[in-house]
Amino acid sequence: MRSAVVLFPGSNRDHDMVKALHSVTGVEPTVVWHQDASLPDVDLIVLPGGFSYGDYLRCGAIAARSPAMLDVARKAKAGVRVLGVCNGFQILTEAGLLPGALMRNAHLRFVCKEVKLEVTNNDTDFTRAYAKGQVIRCPVAHHDGNYFADPETLARLEGEGRVAFRYAEGTNPNGSINDIAGILNEEGNVLGMMPHPENLIEALHGGLDGRGLFESVATSLAA
Amino acid sequence: MKVRVTITLKAGVLDPQGKAIEGALRGLGFAGIDGARQGKIVDLALAETDPDKARAAVADMCEKLLANTVIENYDIAILG
Repeated sequence: MRSAVVLFPGSNRDHDMVKALHSVTGVEPTVVWHQDASLPDVDLIVLPGGFSYGDYLRCGAIAARSPAMLDVARKAKAGVRVLGVCNGFQILTEAGLLPGALMRNAHLRFVCKEVKLEVTNNDTDFTRAYAKGQVIRCPVAHHDGNYFADPETLARLEGEGRVAFRYAEGTNPNGSINDIAGILNEEGNVLGMMPHPENLIEALHGGLDGRGLFESVATSLAA
Repeated sequence: MKVRVTITLKAGVLDPQGKAIEGALRGLGFAGIDGARQGKIVDLALAETDPDKARAAVADMCEKLLANTVIENYDIAILG
């Protein structure tokens, strides 16, 4: 599986993401600078976590308008799989590739801890390696992860099975509506999530729970 | 031409920062506070001299970048 990681000024989880992709797929991902107007031909594009542009204006707002994101939008429309983690999720909502918005955590504090995630829908290209309803461990580290969408959008997301992950067992760390931790676009090829699956990849991380997500994408390509 | 954009959260969107401000004001003994909402202001200096054209250009800027219309409203004022 060929993959690319888009690097923005202020990204800081790009190295973790590159290592995770390499570890699971065996292929080194291409790192693309956000000013590049054209991304290489890959199977998966990843927007990593961090604080692009220092969270100026709104988290992800400036990065969402960068030249690379125009090509990400084009490729997403053409069916290329796109994963946005943490700041990457914020960028995807700001770019209009995913609905809703990520707001300041309800309790106003930065959270850096492990949460429990329920695999709400395992019939997606990103979650097939998990069982439906399976609860996995995953770390979060963010200040603006409070997912919000208007009632109509929320009803569509829930009705169409587009909530991929939900905070489970009372671990919602940010006040997200319906405990939403990760959502898909209508076509199912774009996933945004606040938790960091790339940080539970090696035994030394303390667990392997994040591998399934990357394995799912690789498997979906082979199918 | 100077233009001021005021960006506020839509009604019904939780504003935890506004809530914290409200709580702090109450803590200082200010009575009769029914609510506090926090927003932001962007002041623009434009080459445009026609107020209508300036307003239209800034509305476009708001839709494309300055406001996230999922959660925010914007108001445009020509300052002169």
